[in-house]
Amino acid sequence: MNAPESPRVSLFVTCLADLMRPSVAFASIRLLEQAGCVVDVPLQQTCCGQPGYNSGEYEATIPLAKKTIELFEHAEYVVAPSGSCAGMICHHYPKLLDGQWRERALALAEKTFELTSFLVDVVKLESAPAITTSLPTVTYHDSCAGLREMGVKEQPRKLLKNLCDVDVSEMQQSDVCCGFGGTFCAKMPDISEKMVDDKLRNASSTGATLLTGGDLGCLLNIAGRARRQGLDLEVRHVAELLSGDLYSPAIGEGE
Amino acid sequence: MEQHSQQFKENAANALADAGGVAQRDILALFTPIMRDAAVAEFGPYEALRQHVKRVRQHSLDNLDYYLARFELEATNNGNQVHYADSADEMNSIVLDICQQHGARKVAKGKSMVTEETGLNDYLQRGGLQVMETDLGEYIVQQAGETPSHIVGPALHKTRDQIRELFLDKHDLGERELESISDLVGEARVVLRDHFLQAEVGIIGSNALIAENGYSMLVTNEGNGDLCANLPNVLIICTTLDRVLPRAEDATAIQRLLVRSATGQPHTCYTSFYSGPRRAEDADGPLETHIILLDNHRTDILASDYSDMLRCIRCGSCLNHCPIFAATGGHAYGWVYPGPMGSVLTPLLTSLEASAALPNACTSCGRCAEVCPSAIPLPDMLRDLRHEQSVEKITPASWRQGLRLHAWLACRPGLYQFLTGIGIAVMHRIGRKKGGFRSLPLAGGWTSKRDFPSPQGKTFMQQYRQRSRSNEQ
Repeated sequence: MNAPESPRVSLFVTCLADLMRPSVAFASIRLLEQAGCVVDVPLQQTCCGQPGYNSGEYEATIPLAKKTIELFEHAEYVVAPSGSCAGMICHHYPKLLDGQWRERALALAEKTFELTSFLVDVVKLESAPAITTSLPTVTYHDSCAGLREMGVKEQPRKLLKNLCDVDVSEMQQSDVCCGFGGTFCAKMPDISEKMVDDKLRNASSTGATLLTGGDLGCLLNIAGRARRQGLDLEVRHVAELLSGDLYSPAIGEGE
Repeated sequence: MEQHSQQFKENAANALADAGGVAQRDILALFTPIMRDAAVAEFGPYEALRQHVKRVRQHSLDNLDYYLARFELEATNNGNQVHYADSADEMNSIVLDICQQHGARKVAKGKSMVTEETGLNDYLQRGGLQVMETDLGEYIVQQAGETPSHIVGPALHKTRDQIRELFLDKHDLGERELESISDLVGEARVVLRDHFLQAEVGIIGSNALIAENGYSMLVTNEGNGDLCANLPNVLIICTTLDRVLPRAEDATAIQRLLVRSATGQPHTCYTSFYSGPRRAEDADGPLETHIILLDNHRTDILASDYSDMLRCIRCGSCLNHCPIFAATGGHAYGWVYPGPMGSVLTPLLTSLEASAALPNACTSCGRCAEVCPSAIPLPDMLRDLRHEQSVEKITPASWRQGLRLHAWLACRPGLYQFLTGIGIAVMHRIGRKKGGFRSLPLAGGWTSKRDFPSPQGKTFMQQYRQRSRSNEQ
């Protein structure tokens, strides 16, 4: 049983985990529970609104931002397995809204975290049940919003070391965008292709056969390109690795 | 300058098809950030200086009327003639008038992006003048009949071999090897020297205008700016009115940030301050000096939501750190200013319609804002420009409607979860074996270059509700 002072976390699932890869959200719940948190999942959640917002559809995004605030503002903590969705809530909702709503957005921002930074910086998860599967050589892609908006850099590496005994094989330019950029990759496919190919080349140069990261958008892009190129590179979300979920097919792999 | 920003995607595709150019840009994209980072790390209180300069630039812009008047007064007292130009044409015609008054035939020019913006060279040449660029990169670009691809390194897109071929072709100097970089630089120096000595008018730009003493600061690496400024009898400084700063120490504060951000040097080889025409006790210098302050929409920008952009000090760091700039090179942007700063400035200085692709040439990765010495929120501004494009219906209707529909649906959790549940089930059923889709309706942009990974199965919400129900039983 959890002690009464257990941190209470509301999970912001993110639409990509909800639709494309539920195992990321289940892994997040397991990790948060291992860290002693009580986790709830507000059932009315959908999407943080990044697709429209980043394309300049501000007016359409405002009602969605308000819905999300209403749904999560009573939480003690809000945690998302995505730096960009957490960044949307923390940095962009306050820009999008005025007056009272801006105040409410700022209050929500105060208690919203990206998963790995929450586990390391807030609840200080140091260890977890030993993961018996030995991992192949792993490289890490620093997703832009997590890195620059949420300060996620050392936290996932520290967790991989402490929980999985993995030292990340660092790739060159790990902090350079993979070319996803939401609708960017569909609007400018040629440029996006060059960027994701650079990412794959840098990842492969490390000798890694597994690439991980904290944002599904980037991982879907990288995995999709790796499959198209026929590369032997598994792509998995870091929450899956940390919770020992290595058995389900990697992103883009068949059953 | 003629604008080709509308063809950004085609320009980018052509740039990406040029393997040599790609390799050249890859090297620059790898090393220029390393050099900048090292210089910033060595400097120490970089962030404090950055915030200071941001405040100084903001203060100067907030009080532009006051500091411009002060600058004009001090510069005039120093013997300069100060002109204001509203438009590109006005600046060009002021310059041509001055040249004609002096019966000039030859002009020696230092690097100036402002005169690229106004198309000054073409204008003067049409007026019968011979104009020679004297910055080595700019000279190379001029000889090649091209435009700068980078605001700091105009010829960074050119390889040594290309420059060698160009010089062998353009310089009538007989048989020679020109193998080394120093051979190339030496030859350019010889060719340019005659021109410096013959030019009646010198034209340079300015990195800062100092209100308290009326001086103009110029930061260069080659010293050509000083030769342009001191050898001809007439000097014309072409710059924009947003360059003004209160004090000399503000200009040197900017110099410290500018150089480290631009080239990773602690100093360039030359930082020059021009006070005005030659005085009785001076050994050399121009007999007459003019300073032209161009507006060309700067005051419109100052009054707009994009006024932060005027803090830009033209270091080019955002270009060096932008993965899209690295992929496409500067020419793809189709006008004077490329990269993140160019994607903001170009729509503001030309039109949103003519620059429609540029605000979209961004993944919001934030690397540009992170390294910007003036802390300009470039990705936010590009997003705001996309918002304006949507409001003005420049964005294709299918994109606008699709994204609005998505947001509308996401506000209705019941309907959203019902529809996504069906869609995901269908996709999973078709894609589960192969793990992904090689093509997918409505996702052609994505699947043209990559597989669309298959969803895992039921949505999280479906599975979670199911588990909660079975736990309750």
